[in-house]
Amino acid sequence: MHSNHSMMTRRRFAAGFALGSVALALPLPSLALTVDDARAMIGKAVGEINATIDSGKSETAMYGDFERIFTRYADVPTIARSALGVAAKKASKAQMSAFTKAFQVYISRKYGSRFREFIGGAIEVTDARAVKSYYEVISVAKLKGQAPFDVRWHVSDKSGRNLFFNIIIEGVNMLASERTEIGALLDKNKGNLDALIAALKTA
Amino acid sequence: MTRMIPSLSETIGRFALYCVGFACVAMLAGCARPTASAEINDPHEVENRQMHAFNKSLDKAVLKPAAGAVGGSGRGGLQQGVKNFADNLDAPGDVVNDILQLRIGQAVHNTLRFAVNSTIGIGGIFDPATAMGVEAKETDFGETLYVWGVDEGHYIELPVLGPSTARDAFGRVVDYAINPVRILINPPESYIGTAASVLDKAGSRSRHGETVDSILYDSADSYAQSRLLYLQNRRYELGQTPADDTFEDPYAQ
Repeated sequence: MHSNHSMMTRRRFAAGFALGSVALALPLPSLALTVDDARAMIGKAVGEINATIDSGKSETAMYGDFERIFTRYADVPTIARSALGVAAKKASKAQMSAFTKAFQVYISRKYGSRFREFIGGAIEVTDARAVKSYYEVISVAKLKGQAPFDVRWHVSDKSGRNLFFNIIIEGVNMLASERTEIGALLDKNKGNLDALIAALKTA
Repeated sequence: MTRMIPSLSETIGRFALYCVGFACVAMLAGCARPTASAEINDPHEVENRQMHAFNKSLDKAVLKPAAGAVGGSGRGGLQQGVKNFADNLDAPGDVVNDILQLRIGQAVHNTLRFAVNSTIGIGGIFDPATAMGVEAKETDFGETLYVWGVDEGHYIELPVLGPSTARDAFGRVVDYAINPVRILINPPESYIGTAASVLDKAGSRSRHGETVDSILYDSADSYAQSRLLYLQNRRYELGQTPADDTFEDPYAQ
């Protein structure tokens, strides 16, 4: 069980590295992201979430899938930097890279497991619009025995790929929530970033 | 023999009078809505944190085990019935608030919902109204105050009930006082409503179990996390769609 889990973690690390280096190697995007691209990208992500829900796999197997979907479509390095807030400005390159790695495992597991709440339901993309420098894709989650609720995805191509960097569920946004969480964790570790990274690995 | 429950026509008559009275109050009140912000106004953080610690221990000792007792997944038929019943008893209060907010369409909507679910839905245990496309549009006096232009006020964590604001906490007291079900139906029948809401509280804890657990027990600062979640969600519910500026563009930072 345990070795299986750490293997998955290692594979996820590897995937993250691969994605990261591809993004770095790419030149600045020549094709600007359009509202339709953003909508299509989230449509694809949501399609994968729905397919996982309908797959008939065991719940445990689904969590793994949800984590992989999150990692594939989210701009994790940007979310990590934003969650760390001002502390990111003082961090060394090595610290930043270690933090991003630990954060990737933490966040994909956390939000991957939030997707499990959608088991028995489906998400449907309904609209998309341009907001300032990025796009907002609007979707509705329809779950059994519950009133449908609003899920919004903020999408940008500034990483070099079309990825989402924020999810807003009924007004509650992931970036703000994670900044609070990481800030509290940093306080608990008396402002020591290396201690925070170590703590994040066990969070 | 004394009749404990008034006849339907009598109830409707009393209710109509009651609504007209409230509509007059609403007309007198101003309608300038406060603007949305991403600010957290929490001058009593020390006391609030103490209350949060108390609520958390209460959750651990009572609510969480009770939620386990009312049913694992939280989506069983009985639990859904309790939820429907409790929600239906709140519907007349929703109608009063709709009128106070001068949202007449919504008042009609919720009245229709109450009528359908109380009859075809066998006293509100079932929710055929939603199947007919008349889905729940809940409101409360906190929202009425918002519509009237009252500011959110400071954040407050209430005993047992949890996160709130000065405006919403006051709203809860008024909702209790003006609840037509409590006023129009005499004890002991009126206690059924209270019992249903208490039971539904355990049901709700079980429905949202994993989410509540992750906020209360898995976050580094459960007080700050629940405060943020409550304020963001409440402002969203009130239709205070935050200006796009309140969302961040992390690429611009």
